[in-house]
Amino acid sequence: MPGKPSGLTLTERILSRAAGREVRAGELIEVPVDLILANDITGPVAFKEFGRLGGVPVADPDRVVLVADHFVPNKDIASAELAKSLREFAAAHGIDKCYDPGRGGIEHALLPEAGLVGPGQVIIGGDSHTCTYGALGAFATGVGSTDVAAAMATGLAWFKVPETLRVTLTGQTGPWVGAKDLALAVLARLGVERANYMAVEYDGESIAALSVEGRLTLCNLGIEMGAKNAIVAPDAKTVEYVAERARVNGRGAGATGVGTGAGAPTTGGLRADGLRADGLRADPDAVYAGSVAIDASTIEPMVALPHLPSNGRAAAKAGDVPIDQVVIGSCTNGRLEDLREAARVLRGRRVHPRVRCLIIPATQEVYLRAAREGLLEAFVEAGAAVSAPTCGPCLGGHMGVLASGERCVATTNRNFVGRMGHPSSEVYLAGPAVAAASAVAGRVADPREVVA
Amino acid sequence: MKLQGRAHLFGDDISTDHIAPGRYYHLRSNLPEFAKHVLEDADPAFPSRVRPGDFVVAGSNFGLGSSREHAPTIMKMAGVSAVLAKSFARIFFRNAINIGMPAVVCDTEGISAGDQLELDLAAGRVRNLTQGTELDVVPLPAVMLRLLEDGGLVEHVKKHGRLAVGGEASD
Repeated sequence: MPGKPSGLTLTERILSRAAGREVRAGELIEVPVDLILANDITGPVAFKEFGRLGGVPVADPDRVVLVADHFVPNKDIASAELAKSLREFAAAHGIDKCYDPGRGGIEHALLPEAGLVGPGQVIIGGDSHTCTYGALGAFATGVGSTDVAAAMATGLAWFKVPETLRVTLTGQTGPWVGAKDLALAVLARLGVERANYMAVEYDGESIAALSVEGRLTLCNLGIEMGAKNAIVAPDAKTVEYVAERARVNGRGAGATGVGTGAGAPTTGGLRADGLRADGLRADPDAVYAGSVAIDASTIEPMVALPHLPSNGRAAAKAGDVPIDQVVIGSCTNGRLEDLREAARVLRGRRVHPRVRCLIIPATQEVYLRAAREGLLEAFVEAGAAVSAPTCGPCLGGHMGVLASGERCVATTNRNFVGRMGHPSSEVYLAGPAVAAASAVAGRVADPREVVA
Repeated sequence: MKLQGRAHLFGDDISTDHIAPGRYYHLRSNLPEFAKHVLEDADPAFPSRVRPGDFVVAGSNFGLGSSREHAPTIMKMAGVSAVLAKSFARIFFRNAINIGMPAVVCDTEGISAGDQLELDLAAGRVRNLTQGTELDVVPLPAVMLRLLEDGGLVEHVKKHGRLAVGGEASD
C-alpha cells in the first residue's frame, strides 16, 4: 500500500505497546494486564468463576488488587461474608494488596493514591468506574467478574481496540466550575451512549489546567457516556503525581502515617520516575471516530437531573427543587480537593434544617489530611455527618439510602431510577461546590447564591 | 445455536440498576432469590411473567451502568435465553457473552409483546414466528461466537487452557 500509514491515537499507542506490535481500532488483541482490580461485590463472583477453572494458580499475585469498599464497614452478615472472602482469597493466593476499612478506601481514589497506577499501564477492574485511571495516562476499563477471573488465571485480557472520540476543552473555566461540572457539561452535550465502545481522549487547555485529581473526576465519568476508556495524555503534572505517590508509598504505610493499606511495598510494574509516560501521546495524524470541541469558559456550575447523568443544566437554572439529602464523596468526588471545595462553602454556614448532609472522604489518607486541615471540623460544625470511607449510598447500599419520594443532591456518578434507594426517590448529580451550596440552601443551588 | 422464546418488551436506556436493583444487594450471595426481582424497576410484572426460554427485547443502550455481572446472571437464572436490543452498553454486552447468554443487536422496533421468536446465532437471523417476519442481526465477532459455543469464558479457558482469541480481524 502506498504512503505512510496514519498515526495512532493515545489509546492505540498504549495498546500497541502492550501488544508488541502496531494495532489499530477494530483489531482484536490479547495483551498482558498490569493490574487487575476487584471489590467486595465483583470479587466474590470472580473467585467462584476462578474456582471453576479447576485449581489453577493466580498468574501474578502482585498484579491483583482487592478492595472492600462497597458494603464496608460491613453492612450486614452477607456483606461481612463477602468481605471475608476477599481476605481469604488474598491469603490463599499470596495477594498482598488487599484493602480493608482503616487502611484502604474507595478503590478508584485509593489505587492512584497508593501509587499503583501510572502512564502506559493496561488495567482492568471489576467495576465500571475503572476508566478513572485514564487520568494518569493508563488504558483502564471496567469488566465483569468472569473477565477478572480469566485474567487472574492467564495474566491476559482480550480487547477490541476501540475507536477514539476526541473531546477538546478550551478556555478558562469560571468561578466554582470544577472537573465535575466539565464532565456533566460534556455528558449533556454527548449523551449517555455517544461514546459506546469508544475511547474518549480529552485534550485542550482546560484539561491541561486541571489538577490530576480533577482529571480523575473527569475520566471517572467516561463510562456514563458508554466509553470503554477515557484518557488524558500524561504531562509534567502526571509524572510529578506518580513520582510523589511512589515516593510516599515506597516508605511503607507506617512511616508517614498516611498512605496505603496492607503495608506492602507498592510495585505493580510502576516506576517511580514515571518514564513510561515518554512518548505517550496521540500522533498529529491520528484517525478519530469523531472530534468535539467545547468552550469550557461558557460552562456554569452544573446539576444533572433525574434519571440520566446526561440531563445536565446550569444549577442556577434548575428551578426550585427542595431536597432532603446531600452526599459529598464517592470515587467521583471524594478526594481532598473535593472536600476543600465543599469546605469553602460549608465553613461558617449551617446545613439547612430539612437536609441531611453526608460527607464521605474517599480514603483513609484523604480522611486524615482533611482532619489535619480542619475540613472535618468545619463539616461537623456546619451540621454535616462525616462517615468512614465507603461507596455506600452511591449505589443505594447503605449509609444514606433514600426513602420514597426523597431527593438528594450527590457528587456521585449515577442518577438512574432507584440508584440510591426507593424507586420513587431522585438523585441530582453535581460537583462538591453545588452539593454543599444545596445543603445550605435546602434546594438545588448555585454556590454563588450561597457564598457572597 | 437456535433458541426460541416469547418476547418481553422494554424501552431505551434500561440500566443495571433496573435489572439488578442495589436495594436487593443483600441477596447477592443468594442469586435465585435476587432473580425474583430481575428487571422489576422497569416492569414490576416481569419477574412473575418470565418463563424459561423467553427473550428480553429492548430499545437502545440496554444495560448501561455498572459492571455488576449479577445483572446478566440473574436474567439468565430467571430463564431469559437471549437479549435483543437496538444497542447495548459495552460491559453488559461483554458480561452477557462471558456468562453464556447471547446478546444480539437488531432492529427490535417491529416486535410486539408476546411474539414467539427464534434466534439462529450462526445464521445471524431472528425469525418472528408470530408475525411471519425475519430480522437480520448484527453478526457477533468470531471470538464471542466461540465463547458462546464453549458455554462462556470460563468454559472457554478450561477448554483451551488460555484465552484463544488473538489475530482475528473483526468488527
